[in-house]
Amino acid sequence: MLKINNLQARVEAAEILKGIDLEVKAGEVHAIMGPNGSGKSTLCQVLGGRDGYEVTGGTVEFMGKDLFELEPEERAREGILLGFQYPVEIPGVKNIYLLKEAYNAQRKHRGEPEADTFQFLKLVREKLKTMQMDESFLHRAVNVGFSGGEKKRNEILQMLVLEPKLALLDETDSGLDIDALKVVSEGVNRLRSPDRAIVLVTHYQRLLSHIEPDFVHVLSGGRIIKSGDKTLAHELERNGYQGIIEEAA
Amino acid sequence: MSTNALSQHYAEQVQRVQDGLPGAIPEWLAGRRRGAAARFSEAGFPDPRQEEWKYTNVRPIATKPFMAAVTDAPLSEEALRAMGFQGLDAYRMVFVDGRLRTEFSDLADLPAGVTVQGLADALASDPDPLEPLLGTLAHDRFSSFAAANMAFLTDGAVIRLGKGVRLERPLHLLMVGSAGGPATWSHPRVLIQAGEGSDATVIEHYADLEGASGFTNTVTELRAEAGAQLRHYLLQDHADSAYHVGSVFVQQRRDSRVTSHNVNLGGRLVRHDLNVDLTEPGAEIELNGLFLVGGRQHVDTHTRVHHSSPHTTSREQYRGIGQGHGRGVFKGRVLVERGAQKTDAQQHSANLLLSPNAEIDTKPELEIYADDVKCAHGATVGQLDETSMYYLRSRGIDAEAARGMLVFAFADEVLERMELAPVRTSIERRLAARLPEAGAIDVIG
Ligand SMILES: Nc1ncnc2c1ncn2[C@@H]1O[C@H](COP(=O)(O)OP(=O)(O)O)[C@@H](O)[C@H]1O
Ligand SMILES: [Mg+2]
Repeated sequence: MLKINNLQARVEAAEILKGIDLEVKAGEVHAIMGPNGSGKSTLCQVLGGRDGYEVTGGTVEFMGKDLFELEPEERAREGILLGFQYPVEIPGVKNIYLLKEAYNAQRKHRGEPEADTFQFLKLVREKLKTMQMDESFLHRAVNVGFSGGEKKRNEILQMLVLEPKLALLDETDSGLDIDALKVVSEGVNRLRSPDRAIVLVTHYQRLLSHIEPDFVHVLSGGRIIKSGDKTLAHELERNGYQGIIEEAA
Repeated sequence: MSTNALSQHYAEQVQRVQDGLPGAIPEWLAGRRRGAAARFSEAGFPDPRQEEWKYTNVRPIATKPFMAAVTDAPLSEEALRAMGFQGLDAYRMVFVDGRLRTEFSDLADLPAGVTVQGLADALASDPDPLEPLLGTLAHDRFSSFAAANMAFLTDGAVIRLGKGVRLERPLHLLMVGSAGGPATWSHPRVLIQAGEGSDATVIEHYADLEGASGFTNTVTELRAEAGAQLRHYLLQDHADSAYHVGSVFVQQRRDSRVTSHNVNLGGRLVRHDLNVDLTEPGAEIELNGLFLVGGRQHVDTHTRVHHSSPHTTSREQYRGIGQGHGRGVFKGRVLVERGAQKTDAQQHSANLLLSPNAEIDTKPELEIYADDVKCAHGATVGQLDETSMYYLRSRGIDAEAARGMLVFAFADEVLERMELAPVRTSIERRLAARLPEAGAIDVIG
């Protein structure tokens, strides 16, 4: 589904990603772990197509298409959903409006008729329940005045409504208390299916005890320095990143 | 037209008005009009060397020989509907080129204690009760435009609410400009006297028939007595070739509350002055404003809030959007008098530039002579937030639609304060139509 080949990217003058290789297949859950500043968010933003993140080498294919040929909105419509580490507050745009526009943009892209308001509300209410969010969230401005945990729930709510093929979740677990972590994990697990893939970016193992990954990768200094199965996460938990970084050096 | 020819023209206009004054006109009014005419003749139109007119050159107005429309322009219910607010259940007065057209007005079933009249009618039938209301808040010295309004006064609206009266339905004053002549002007005057504890909504709404390019020069005098609650909408949706100058004067007594919604969408050259005097404790004003300038439009708004008594509150939020070669100005003055302790004044001006050729100047001006006060202000001019754009696009919304959503949201933060949903919805539609990139927005609640 996603093939990253020797990806290099810079932000402003700094070379951040220094050759990343990663393949994610349908049905898989990958975890990317790594210390602060290792380039995890940069990788996510490069895949999302954010301005200012310049690709200097390598290729990324998504469902057989050259990802870098696509605008951010086209990537989303092709089925990539990026869960932001810092979800953006958008005063004046209601949550429900964003959800509906995004949902219909996808339907349109697939040549399907737009959902009517009634159908759409029904769908959204169901997803709200999963995320244990009050309906009032729909009528509030996107992320404005939301607590850290509420913002993350809101990201997952969008994911549940948009049902992406590939969910790229950047530190969706940070800033969550135990209960919220459960709710968010439950949301993500609902999306697991043989034809979808999930990439979790995190630096804590605790998320991975709720969402069990098939593969764990360690990102450090803009490279994946080690990959393994879920036991790698336990090893990290016990020994920290330092041991692995030294071992790789 | 040459300066001399113009002076000659306006001298004749003044003379014509004086000659046209009926014999029965009371001396107080004749005196005020003579004074205003003299003031206008002497001062002429303001020029940019005057501080208050620094950003707004009224040359396009000052170089045209305006005169009153001579004939009653035809008007259809259909045209009225197109200009009006769908679904608004309101009393209505329609003016064309500044003259009341009773055949299009509907003031049936006004509650007892409420008087709504055409100003010309009121002056013809029983002028004396207007002596304390007409031209007493709006001084000729305020500007030559205010003076011209008094000098060339022909008609307008008089609204008087008795003690404790509640007007359930809003009153919609629809002031229409016709395409009657090349340079017609009109000088509507609106007088609102909100008695003690009364409650009402008045919509002052300026619009044009197709092709109008006249000059509307308005003055509004609004008094809110103790405990009165008044919502005043000042909506300017002229044709893009029209000129508009509006001066609003508000005086508030104890515990009165006035909300002002000022929206400027149309017009080629527009200037608004909103002057508020909070004269007794507990008086509270909320000023909400939105202007959109595109093409070659120029819209300048000056607000002046005078806290002349302790325990008075002002909340002000103005937003401007510039596109094309549009030019916007917002100047907000807050004056807190010595002794006006416990004043609570907040002013915020936020502006959005959508094109490199648009320009908006914003200037807060706080003058505070009391020490125990809460005053805050902020002013910003910026572009659309890139991060918000990216966030929306990352959800599959294309760049154009995302831009439209953000601009619209920016404006809606002001519009959503409007209590009247049909007015708000209609303004939102008109706004969206003027934002090419927001054309696709379906306005949902
Ligand atoms: N906009 C930026 N300008 C310059 N450097 C940046 C920018 N964003 C991130 N960086 C740098 O890139 C590196 C990787 O950052 P990031 O991808 O956010 O790491 P992580 O998400 O793994 O904590 C850090 O050294 C950070 O300082
Ligand atoms: Mg990060």
